[in-house]
Amino acid sequence: MIGLLETHGRTDTAKLAEGLPLLPRRRVDYRGAVLEEMDLPGILARAPELCLIDELAHTNAPGVEHAKRYEDVEDVLDAGIDVLSTMNVQHLESLNDQIAELSGIRVRETIPDGVLGRADEIVMVDLTPEALLERLRAGKVYPAERIDAALNNFFRIENLSALREVALRQVAEEIGARRLTSAEPTDSRDETIAAEAPQAVSERLLALVEPYPGAQRLVRRAWRSAQRLGAELDLLWVPPPARRLSEEEQRSLAALRQLASMLGARLLVEESDDVAGAIADVARRQRTTYILMGRSRPARGLARLRTPLPMRLMELLPRVDVRVVADRAQRPTDEP
Amino acid sequence: MSAPVVIAIALACLAAGLIAGVWLPPHGRRPARDRPRPVRRILLPFTGQAISRRAFDAAVRLAKAEDATIMPAFLARVPRNLPLEAPLPAACAVGMPLLDAIEQGANSQGVEVDARVARGRTYRDALRHLVEQEQFDRIIISATDSPRHGLTSADLEWLLERVPAEVMILRPAPDDNRLMSADGWQARA
Repeated sequence: MIGLLETHGRTDTAKLAEGLPLLPRRRVDYRGAVLEEMDLPGILARAPELCLIDELAHTNAPGVEHAKRYEDVEDVLDAGIDVLSTMNVQHLESLNDQIAELSGIRVRETIPDGVLGRADEIVMVDLTPEALLERLRAGKVYPAERIDAALNNFFRIENLSALREVALRQVAEEIGARRLTSAEPTDSRDETIAAEAPQAVSERLLALVEPYPGAQRLVRRAWRSAQRLGAELDLLWVPPPARRLSEEEQRSLAALRQLASMLGARLLVEESDDVAGAIADVARRQRTTYILMGRSRPARGLARLRTPLPMRLMELLPRVDVRVVADRAQRPTDEP
Repeated sequence: MSAPVVIAIALACLAAGLIAGVWLPPHGRRPARDRPRPVRRILLPFTGQAISRRAFDAAVRLAKAEDATIMPAFLARVPRNLPLEAPLPAACAVGMPLLDAIEQGANSQGVEVDARVARGRTYRDALRHLVEQEQFDRIIISATDSPRHGLTSADLEWLLERVPAEVMILRPAPDDNRLMSADGWQARA
């Protein structure tokens, strides 16, 4: 049954729905105007096995059961009715800031990520930017009078390419998260199989930092690597418990926080006397695939007998790559 | 090896361990001679893909003379439609390589660098946040930068009035077209 279909006046779309049972919209009076909304009570009363509800991010007219359509969908799901719905990637709440920076346009109607997380299956409808622009110019997206404005604003090729990339990444992340959740072992044999399976397809980087100026160089290197890999970046500092920071260190830590915030990375501080153990715990928790660290200071005295930190990390985290970042600050410059 | 000899070796090792424990720096702390000491700081703010070579050269020259640290600061504007704390990957893709280039250029001349990033609704707003949070003794800015590359004359006036440090504004000069970018030195187009 079609609970709600938004054709936006597209005849091709309307034709595709012909022959399927369609629930009429209900009329809602709002400040003297009559608005049309999905008939939630009608869907619940008919109790179909599967219901198509278009435009998941839609904001309802005041006066109906819920402010947002995704809340209507939750009622439908709770009634035991499967729902097939649609949304654009720019409506996902966690991507709102990123989309606004990429496109310069702030999307007001958003959906909490948890709603997407409840979906049994996500299908991405992918189209190259060029093909989408062709459809737009052919009048298959907007009526003729809106085409020029759309081409000059949101439907620019760089916007569409960026949105496509965001959508592909988002779907890949969702699939990865589901695969990891479904791989929870149920008995000892499953545990063995799960341990042998690759843990994650996507990369996640962990850069080990300390509050001193040189750490920023490592963070910038780690961020560039994360950008190239399309990976998330975490920064970790492991101070001993109750460590008192000097004024200089406090400033460096604040600068690291500011840098992390601007880069979109997370700065984690885990107090522990066991540096390698704490790093391993965080790496497991964050599902880290790469650890980046600067060169350690030369060990002195009995410390020379200790296993170096990279070796200890490789022992503790056999599935994680450990990379010691060279100090390229001393590289000769290209003076003219 | 007899038992007394083994015990003697064990005691010697224990004593050496105790001495080393006192002598070696505690976990995570750098030795006293490596610890940072109060230094003079020269703030070198920049906004675009490149900074004036004269500003960079002046900062390095002064830092060497005064044993100071250069504090290059990348100022980023946050669009009105984003929260002030929003990550700015696109802006960082421009600023981070230049921070690296400045750091590398300064380090190669024996000058220490302690970089910063700051953001605000305007470059001046970002600079104000930076000035409120950081301590520095001098700020070096090239007055020749176009609005695309640097701070406006109104921003420079604001700096002179409000910043509690020595402000060095470099006069326009023929070699202002030489910029430092992430790719090295280049002439302004």
